Amino acid sequence: MIQGYNTELTPELKEVAARLAKVAREAGLDFFDTSFELVDYKQLNEIAAYGGFPTRYPHWRWGMEYERLAKSYTYGLSIIYEMVINNEPCFAYLLRANDMVYQKTVIAHVYGHCDFFKNNYWFSKTNRKMLNQMANHAVTVRKLVDDVGQDEVETFIDCCLSLENLIDIHSPFKSTPKVRKEDEEDYGRPKPPAKIKSKKYMDTYINPAEFMEFQRQKQVEEAAKVKSFPENPERDVLKFLLDHAPMPAWEKRVLAIIRDEAYYFAPQAQTKILNEGWATYWHSKMMTQLAPLHESEIIDYCDHFAGVVASHPGGLNPYKLGVELLRHIERRWDRGQFGIEYLRCDDPKKRAEWNTNAGLGRKKLLEVRKIHNDITFIDEFLDEDFCHESKMFIYDFDRRTNRYTISGRDFKEIKKRLLTQLTNFGQPIIRVIDGNFRNRGELLLHHTHDSVDLKHDTTLETLKNLNRIWKRPVHIETTIEEVKRRISYDGTNHQIEKI
Amino acid sequence: MRMESDLNRFRKIVRGKIKKELRRFISSGDLIARQGKKQVTIPLPRIDIPHFQFGDSQQGGVGQGKGEAGDQVGQGEPQPGEGKAGDGEGQHSLEVDVSLAELAEILGEELELPRIENKGKKNIDDKQYKYTGVLKQGPESLRHFKRTYKEALRRAISSGTYDPDNPMIVPIKEDKRYRSYKIINQPVANAAIIYMMDVSGSMGDEQKEIVRLTSFWLDTWLSTQYAGLERRYIIHDATAREVDQQTFYRTKESGGTLISSAYRLALKIIEEEFAPSEWNIYLFHFSDGDNWSGNDTVECMKILDASLLPAANLFCYGQVESRYGSGQFLRDLQKHFGEKATKITLAQIKDRDAIVDAIKTFLGKGQ
Repeated sequence: MIQGYNTELTPELKEVAARLAKVAREAGLDFFDTSFELVDYKQLNEIAAYGGFPTRYPHWRWGMEYERLAKSYTYGLSIIYEMVINNEPCFAYLLRANDMVYQKTVIAHVYGHCDFFKNNYWFSKTNRKMLNQMANHAVTVRKLVDDVGQDEVETFIDCCLSLENLIDIHSPFKSTPKVRKEDEEDYGRPKPPAKIKSKKYMDTYINPAEFMEFQRQKQVEEAAKVKSFPENPERDVLKFLLDHAPMPAWEKRVLAIIRDEAYYFAPQAQTKILNEGWATYWHSKMMTQLAPLHESEIIDYCDHFAGVVASHPGGLNPYKLGVELLRHIERRWDRGQFGIEYLRCDDPKKRAEWNTNAGLGRKKLLEVRKIHNDITFIDEFLDEDFCHESKMFIYDFDRRTNRYTISGRDFKEIKKRLLTQLTNFGQPIIRVIDGNFRNRGELLLHHTHDSVDLKHDTTLETLKNLNRIWKRPVHIETTIEEVKRRISYDGTNHQIEKI
Repeated sequence: MRMESDLNRFRKIVRGKIKKELRRFISSGDLIARQGKKQVTIPLPRIDIPHFQFGDSQQGGVGQGKGEAGDQVGQGEPQPGEGKAGDGEGQHSLEVDVSLAELAEILGEELELPRIENKGKKNIDDKQYKYTGVLKQGPESLRHFKRTYKEALRRAISSGTYDPDNPMIVPIKEDKRYRSYKIINQPVANAAIIYMMDVSGSMGDEQKEIVRLTSFWLDTWLSTQYAGLERRYIIHDATAREVDQQTFYRTKESGGTLISSAYRLALKIIEEEFAPSEWNIYLFHFSDGDNWSGNDTVECMKILDASLLPAANLFCYGQVESRYGSGQFLRDLQKHFGEKATKITLAQIKDRDAIVDAIKTFLGKGQ
């Protein structure tokens, strides 16, 4: 796949990969065939900069990312150990310079991810031939560059990327509402209000005047609803733009590509904690129990593992939280700590000693990886015991000292904060509410404000990009410092007004 | 490398940013502190694609670890969700390496500096051959063996004549590939810069910093115009002496000022080391414009007229403003040389912001 030189695994690594795959499958993991490639750090940085794919459409930000990765590698700030893409077959990359312990660990970790990609519900709608799809996108964009010009295409991609988070993560799971046939046929013709079928002499009894009035009313309401555009607020802003913004064909293709890729990556942002936790859980399980490392390797392994689950000062490490919570679940279900009786029990001693030898841990874990994403995972399983055990806290920005300080360890607060942070994969919830605002074809978005304001400067810039696509003035309703406001951009000026 | 073109697009954007911010860089001195041998590391604000996103300052987070309520979390800004695998969130600034040559080019473009015309000597450039590409025609002596072999192999395989047991490859004419070269002009002329600075008591630290910044950019530009660049540093108060670069910017004397002493020393250096027929000589003199006596000023003009100006490509006088300096010397020079002088340029550098204009004045003539 990668040109240049041989990226095939060494015979030794091949053997390791095959053995670990067997062990993993026996333990209940179920994954697509996984193809490993052995690459040097330059290639790995390059692939990582392309988001794991060997080819992407031409764009400067890959170059920026590459430069950043290359630099932090040179300075020894970070090393990428593992890189795996959701595809059938899965592709994963191993760093040539890593020693055997790392290679084994990474291979085991990768199998965890691959199993997750294949089985987790939130990934079920992703394109499993994305490797090819990305290459197709690249070809399409390159052709457009030839036709339209590099600067034009690149600037437009910038515009689209600026809006790439405005997708509806649930839309792949919704069925598209069918357009009713009669609506199309009777276009523009007023209809008599619907009647219940009856013989003529019974009509006044079966369809009395009040009922007909009610039907007429309903019809008027329906008509009003059709007139509002979009009919219901639309989360998939990109789709709305694709359908309704006046764009030349090449721009539509670019926007469609960006949207397509955004949807492909969305489940990864939605399941960061669970996915990383799952892979970490399995590499740890395999390296220490199922396919144990040699004694001479164990110290190196521990050192590595400690690095993976280290808690950053102030940050939340998804690897750590994920694996700890999964182990917590396993322990609970192994000991039968679930069900109404357990939940009702409020004697801490009894709870701690609760053990019915249910032994359902593994089964429960496989179920968790199948149906949950980060939000539901945290919502369902993060309990008070776990919260205390893993020393979680919330922190806030202290304006007086200009620092982030710990503000408490209250379980409810912690959970609430965590869930808020994960909602809509950490992005503000924004909908199109009117595509014909002020009856002048202007575009009105609405931000559902939930405690945190939008970043002001980037909001203004993003509006500009939106305007570039919509061509008419664009607006967003939001809340700034507890006052409802509408920020507008008409193509030359920004305006902010109270609403 | 496939990344090449994306990287180049990125560099182009960075270049644009530097160009936009160049005036700020020139007057702030940020760059000099980060100067390496051949490149400068430039701090730029991270180039971001804007999104509708949450403002981060009000957003706290959830963490794990020890600590009481009120304890500080981490150092600086914590970055929730910072992972390891290619996780680029939370990086706030961008450091880009730019070669000094490129920086000079940006400076040249931004200030519209003319390329320097050689004085007298014809051969400012030397031709060099550089092998840059591959062609289908060429002399046998330049045949690219590997590429030729590859082509032949490809043809053999696709036409089915390749036999793995007897892997003999015979290239035909169409297979042959040759190296092609480009002729590039390389500057060969040498230049010498003699920096002179007044270090008398009236020159403060800020004035010296201005001199330092100005000479950094002069240096950067001139070094792209000549193959070799020699630098000499002279400091003077009532007497002048030659020093190294370090000392040049650090020394502070308290004596009075006799500018002629510096000019005499410069002349001596030129006579001993840099024959004007061989060298392009640049003289930069920075002072606050205070000379001790009118007699000495007359002496200065004499030296300039008689020997320094004929020998040099350019004599630049930059007058930095100080609280104590009278600034008289600039007026004297103006009076003496008037408009007619071609080899002398004068600039008044009031503050850091004026550095850009001074550079433009000094180098704008293309001499």
